[in-house]
Amino acid sequence: MPRFIISALVENKFGVLARVAGLFSARGFNIDSLAVGETEDPDTSRMTIVVDADEKILEQVKKQLNKLIDVIRVQDLTGGKYVDRELILIKVKAENTGVREKIVQVVDSTGAEIIDIGRKTLTVEESGDAHKVGALVELLRPYGIVEIVRTGKIALQSDMENV
Amino acid sequence: MSKVTGAEILIKSLVEEGVKHIFGYPGGSVIPLADKMFGNKDITFHLTRHEQGAVHAADGYARATGEVGVCVATSGPGATNLVTGIATAHMDSIPIVAITGQVKCALIGNDAFQEADMVGITRPITKHNYLVKDVNELAKVVKEAFHIARTGRPGPVLIDLPVDVQLQQAEFRYPKTVDLKGYKPTYKGHIGQIKKLAKTMTRSKKPLIYAGGGIVLSDGANVEITKLARKMEIPVTTTMMGLGAFPGDDPLSLGMLGMHGTAYANLAVQEADLIIAVGARFDDRVTGRIDTFAPNATIAHIDIDPSSVSKNVSVDIPIIGDARLVLKELNAHARKGDYAAWRGKIAEWKRDFPLKYKNDDKLRPQYIIEQICEITKDKDVIIATEVGQNQMWAAQHYTYTKPRTWISSGGLGTMGFGFPAAIGAQVGKPDHIVFDIAGDGSIQMNIQELAMAVIEKIPVKIAILNNGYLGMVRQWQELFYDKRYAWTVLSEKAATVCPDFVKLAESYGAKGIRISEKKNVKKAIKEALKEKGPVIMDFIIEREENVFPMVPAGETISNMLHGLA
Repeated sequence: MPRFIISALVENKFGVLARVAGLFSARGFNIDSLAVGETEDPDTSRMTIVVDADEKILEQVKKQLNKLIDVIRVQDLTGGKYVDRELILIKVKAENTGVREKIVQVVDSTGAEIIDIGRKTLTVEESGDAHKVGALVELLRPYGIVEIVRTGKIALQSDMENV
Repeated sequence: MSKVTGAEILIKSLVEEGVKHIFGYPGGSVIPLADKMFGNKDITFHLTRHEQGAVHAADGYARATGEVGVCVATSGPGATNLVTGIATAHMDSIPIVAITGQVKCALIGNDAFQEADMVGITRPITKHNYLVKDVNELAKVVKEAFHIARTGRPGPVLIDLPVDVQLQQAEFRYPKTVDLKGYKPTYKGHIGQIKKLAKTMTRSKKPLIYAGGGIVLSDGANVEITKLARKMEIPVTTTMMGLGAFPGDDPLSLGMLGMHGTAYANLAVQEADLIIAVGARFDDRVTGRIDTFAPNATIAHIDIDPSSVSKNVSVDIPIIGDARLVLKELNAHARKGDYAAWRGKIAEWKRDFPLKYKNDDKLRPQYIIEQICEITKDKDVIIATEVGQNQMWAAQHYTYTKPRTWISSGGLGTMGFGFPAAIGAQVGKPDHIVFDIAGDGSIQMNIQELAMAVIEKIPVKIAILNNGYLGMVRQWQELFYDKRYAWTVLSEKAATVCPDFVKLAESYGAKGIRISEKKNVKKAIKEALKEKGPVIMDFIIEREENVFPMVPAGETISNMLHGLA
């Protein structure tokens, strides 16, 4: 099934996230990622939802999203130009000095950052699009990944869209 | 400005909204509200005997009057007893506002006594819902709730109100306007699309109007669709929810389509080259097997809800807007095509495949419905129904000529709906004759409301088509499960009625009449109509009578079982 990126501007109120998530779960879709945060207007939040779905059903979900009273605007970013980022924290095994040096090299060459140094692990932070974040995971995987946490994608329609 | 309590704010807000009747049931979490309601001159409180009765009554009131129906229940079990009724209203787009008490704010989420997360439970079955934790928000919430319930595609809205908020004080200021950024329904249809439809109509050879409940909900849309059909001479079929949207006695009427629709309506759909769907949502009970539905037709769909368009069938000419306004515009642009041959073909189908049943000496349900129709046809009548065979016979054999005269649970198919809904309809339309056409199964699901009907002298006439079975399921078992009547036998023999509905009516203080012979039907109906209070007519009908025609589930709609040859 194709992957879609939906951006929804919603009222910044309790319960809105549950209403939105409910529309997907009621149809048996797994949400790949859902990121939500306040916008330039504290009364509204923006949600970025990434979902694998059948195109026809997704059309229905978009209409149902629009139907929610608390949803102000829905954009499907999938087909158009957009910029997206996600943030990832990777805790990787680093038990001896040699390994640590190699990891530091990888981190430096990718523009990522080491944000926590432990006796046996290093925690690396990276932000970027899915490709960049995914590449770092693969580069660090051989050293032994202990834990990963990622925010899920946030995305905005590109201004280039209208040029 | 002096301060008043949350309970008073709620009541004042309801008065501002023009609410005159509330159906409900008390409990610990709504005592402050009940206390302030006590002795109120503007609003009559109707005490049901079960919260489900209250929500269906509010729903019936809304369907009959076009106003928003209001019901009240306490927190926890009181509130969860509303769930079926809220879902019923949601599926049929009926405007109701359900008010539930909630435990104190500080206890919410603590598994307090009689606590249930109503906003969570009703999220998928309401148009919108609210938990009010600040008394200063209450008036605004009520204003929004009524606005949301009655505008756009109507629907139920729930307000969950903690008991301490009912006691807190605030100034009462009722907002004059509502501004919801995310809610701006589209009423006016796109003129380009309307003109495109008008052109397609003129070119079409076999057009068919498919009218749904949206025509009933958009007051005045029935006038426009009747004008359109008669001016253009286009045949009209209605959904079950659309009964009364177009006069059933008009020569252009094909009656209902779908699973238990008329053969000629279903045949016409399958052969039409243009289907003009208005306020109908292509439910699976209408379309049958979806990939074979209306294979030759261009499909135009007029609906106020964009999510209804292209949901089940792919639509060629979508028009988003209010049915009345769009049809009015369409009437201004539509020019007549040549449909004489098409009407001739439909007339042949009507002649060859009429609705029929074995009209012999036996007491058959179709005959009873026809007699109710005959005796009441010149009067203002509302027919409510339960769900099952009784509902389908009432849909097929009564002729509905006006909107809001047919009240039935369509989308959800809720047994136990009819009687409390009939009570609500009667409260809203006290001058009308109101019937509840029931089965012996369905009526037992909310029969406790007889108490309210008797005490408040609400003269609903209940016609039980008593066959001792859960008839519709039995019919499926007969046709598709080799007559294995698992769990569908309510009384072993028709004569051994259980319960004895006549005695049951009498025990509540209502009149009960048992009718076992065809020759007594008319007399019984007339006798019931003379009675000032509620009456149960217990018709002991042919036990294994079936509803025909019938499209088996998942079949093409022109592939019907006709029953009688």
